[in-house]
Amino acid sequence: MDSADLGLLWQERVREHHSRHLPLHIEGGHSKAFYGLNTTATTVLNTQAHCGILNYEPSELVITARAGTPLSEIESTLAAQQQMLAFEPPHFAATATLGGCIATGLSGPRRPYTGSVRDFVLGATVINGKGERLHFGGEVMKNVAGYDVARLLCGSMGTLGVILDASLKVLPLPEVEQTQVFELTSAAALTKMQMLAQQSLPLSASCYTGQQLYLRLSGTARAVEHAQQHLGGEKLPHTSPFWQKLKEQTLAFFTTGQPLWRIAVPPAAPDLPINGTQLIDWGGAQRWLHTDASADMIFNTAQRSGGHATLFRHGQRDADVFQPLQGKLKELHINTKLAFDPNGILNRGRMYSYY
Amino acid sequence: MSLYIEKLPTPGLTREEFVRALHNFLPVESVLCDPASLRPYECDGLSAYRELPWVVAIPDQLEHVQAILKLCHAHQIPVIARGAGTGLSGGALPRDNCLLLSMAKFNQIIAIDPANRSARVQPGVRNLAISEAAGAYGLYYAPDPSSQIACSIGGNVAENSGGVHCLKYGLTVHNVLQVQLLTIDGEFVTLGSQALDGPGLDLLAVCNGSEGLLGIITEVTVKLLPKPERAQVMLAAFDDITKAGAAVGNIIAAGIIPAGLEMMDNLAIRAAEAFVHVGYPIDAAAILLCELDGTNAEVSEQLLRVHNLLLTAGATQVRTAKDDHERLQLWKGRKSAFPAVGRLAPDYYCMDGTIPRKELPTVLRTIAELSQQYQLPVANVFHAGDGNLHPLILFDANKPGELRKAEEFGAAILELCVKVGGTITGEHGVGIEKINQMCVQFATAELQQFHALKSAFDPAGLLNPGKAIPTLQRCAEHGAMHVHHGKLAHPELERF
Ligand SMILES: Cc1cc2nc3c(=O)[nH]c(=O)nc-3n(C[C@H](O)[C@H](O)[C@H](O)COP(=O)(O)OP(=O)(O)OC[C@H]3O[C@@H](n4cnc5c(N)ncnc54)[C@H](O)[C@@H]3O)c2cc1C
Repeated sequence: MDSADLGLLWQERVREHHSRHLPLHIEGGHSKAFYGLNTTATTVLNTQAHCGILNYEPSELVITARAGTPLSEIESTLAAQQQMLAFEPPHFAATATLGGCIATGLSGPRRPYTGSVRDFVLGATVINGKGERLHFGGEVMKNVAGYDVARLLCGSMGTLGVILDASLKVLPLPEVEQTQVFELTSAAALTKMQMLAQQSLPLSASCYTGQQLYLRLSGTARAVEHAQQHLGGEKLPHTSPFWQKLKEQTLAFFTTGQPLWRIAVPPAAPDLPINGTQLIDWGGAQRWLHTDASADMIFNTAQRSGGHATLFRHGQRDADVFQPLQGKLKELHINTKLAFDPNGILNRGRMYSYY
Repeated sequence: MSLYIEKLPTPGLTREEFVRALHNFLPVESVLCDPASLRPYECDGLSAYRELPWVVAIPDQLEHVQAILKLCHAHQIPVIARGAGTGLSGGALPRDNCLLLSMAKFNQIIAIDPANRSARVQPGVRNLAISEAAGAYGLYYAPDPSSQIACSIGGNVAENSGGVHCLKYGLTVHNVLQVQLLTIDGEFVTLGSQALDGPGLDLLAVCNGSEGLLGIITEVTVKLLPKPERAQVMLAAFDDITKAGAAVGNIIAAGIIPAGLEMMDNLAIRAAEAFVHVGYPIDAAAILLCELDGTNAEVSEQLLRVHNLLLTAGATQVRTAKDDHERLQLWKGRKSAFPAVGRLAPDYYCMDGTIPRKELPTVLRTIAELSQQYQLPVANVFHAGDGNLHPLILFDANKPGELRKAEEFGAAILELCVKVGGTITGEHGVGIEKINQMCVQFATAELQQFHALKSAFDPAGLLNPGKAIPTLQRCAEHGAMHVHHGKLAHPELERF
């Protein structure tokens, strides 16, 4: 066992917290510390020292790395082989780790066209709330042996286990990318996004902000060129950092310091009846909103349109930030949490106040 | 086959009492209990395992499914869901003292929403029926199991089924937005949402592939995709199966993800050709079927590159389908490979391991050796692009001992898959068939975690008992122990 494998040490710590019913706060590179509810835990397990790429085989399209591995290291290793994490995870800081990427389950602009973090997770090793080291899934593309716990970890905010390592499917980098820009109203942009999404086109991102619709094309040189001619619009210069800034939330839209909501809706949902300023991503399926509207009103509106809402940043972190759950769904969440962490020690209160 | 029967809780009602209670709200024809009408339900697609059901219910209203579950929950009667019964791992195999709940009558497409590219369907809708209905809008549902004319979407979700186009478009789990479940206590719950993700934990991911152990699927919203502008299939013949394997790796390494990339060995080629007459080269040691799809421009560029890659890898012949008819013909051979091979012997046994692609030559060689050792022929059909193998073991169940030999041969293949870093099942599920090999793949604490997760949904263990996840006692009896880091996996259990 090499020095960076802290699995045994962590198991000990988790076991101790389990037996003493003491909350344990899991933290990676602190890049997404703003996300989720405030927690009261004082003891922190930092994952950064448990790092390193364990296996990467470009021709198998799989990479396995420890949870503390910087996302930037993973992405540069892949880029050297002309490959990528196709869900374009946001980093939000240079210190972002793989573990945090999986635990928060956040994906970037390419998500509607290629899939989310959970779609690319093939396997994971995790320490549950009892301090047991468990491995689920694997490094192969198809695996239906046992419940798909590796995918369940995505977006679980560290409430089910401490992720030790994970295997991800990777994809080849597109040969060419080109973005076309259109001046439109938001309603017209939404209509155009849906119309295009029903056609066979090499779309890889579509975002509407500041009266402009940005459509990114990815693929072989000729495919992108043909699609570009078919679409029209203004060419965005290749040097533009637009998509990078969208993914990292450094566009002017995101830097106002006002409460920021993420509202996931069916892509064709009309403009939401909530006052505020918005940015539309994911071809309509992800609406970012700066608003002072009440949380209740936003949660209700999101649910009525078939989706759900999250208070993403700059908000009250003591009340619900994730869509409140009701009835059987809430019961299943509590039961699932207890199945992994019977004493409720891991990231207690980070996702929902009641676990 | 040697079916291990785990003890089930004694039902709180006799069969007669239970049937009477069902008749309180179900019409007479929706409840089957005489041997003649139960017979068609005694097995799923894995016909080597059979058991006459105790009682079968075939409701056609969700309120009735709800009432059935409440009744079963109140009286501790286990429930086994059944879709179209095409499963290949005995997932829908009946058991004594259990209700077999057929969802086949829920066969309505509720709505197709072209603007949101989704379809809301009842669980009994056939896989292919979704694409047929969506076709009017230029859309389709991507996962295409070879059984797609018959299998139900509820069964697809329960098994997380794949198909020949999963390399590029993913498995069922990647193509389902929302599932409505009835839990065993008769309550509805919605997992996922109509958006691209759902609130809270990703319980939708767990529901996919849960083999009817967590709840009864009552509605599914699937993602639809625009039909590609062009799809083109190439057939490449090889005189050596390892060359075909290398060609697969080269295509992927060149940065091309085909829509489908399938391999068949000589026995499978000959069987398929004799069955569907599509012009497969019957002398080839292996063929690859490679489908490229996308825009016209993209497909043209990639066709040329793949053509060259195939020749460089040593293909003796490369043929490109000249029109859509020929393309469908070439796929027809592959999609009917199971029934085609089925004609070569009285019985066949289909395996479903997945391996890292680079292990293909080693695994194929070992399978050939095992075939010699067990004196049973084997035909190989693979989802080569994602390393999912379907060795089809040929045998005759009427010859004494052959069934057992086939089972042992199959188990040896699965254990080989685990040994090279793969898994015992890529898409067909564990069911009852691979329950012993689960003890090889998972350690005690992992199996216990699975059981704990199951209890979160079904504390009394009434849904599909004895399937998918083995009890620890069972693993101890099976004896084939998971060895992890040199340690025995279930050391706490007494050996029998
Ligand atoms: C010739 C042939 C080719 C095949 N090819 C493929 C292939 O290419 N890829 C592939 O993945 N599979 C394939 N299969 C296997 C099979 O078709 C799939 O597993 C399919 O998804 C099963 O669907 P079904 O409706 O027949 O389910 P069933 O066999 O009826 O049931 C399967 C499992 O799902 C559960 N279930 C069914 N309906 C529900 C429900 N409503 N709620 C909860 N649980 C439910 C059952 O309890 C059982 O555990 C093939 C089978 C055959 C016979």
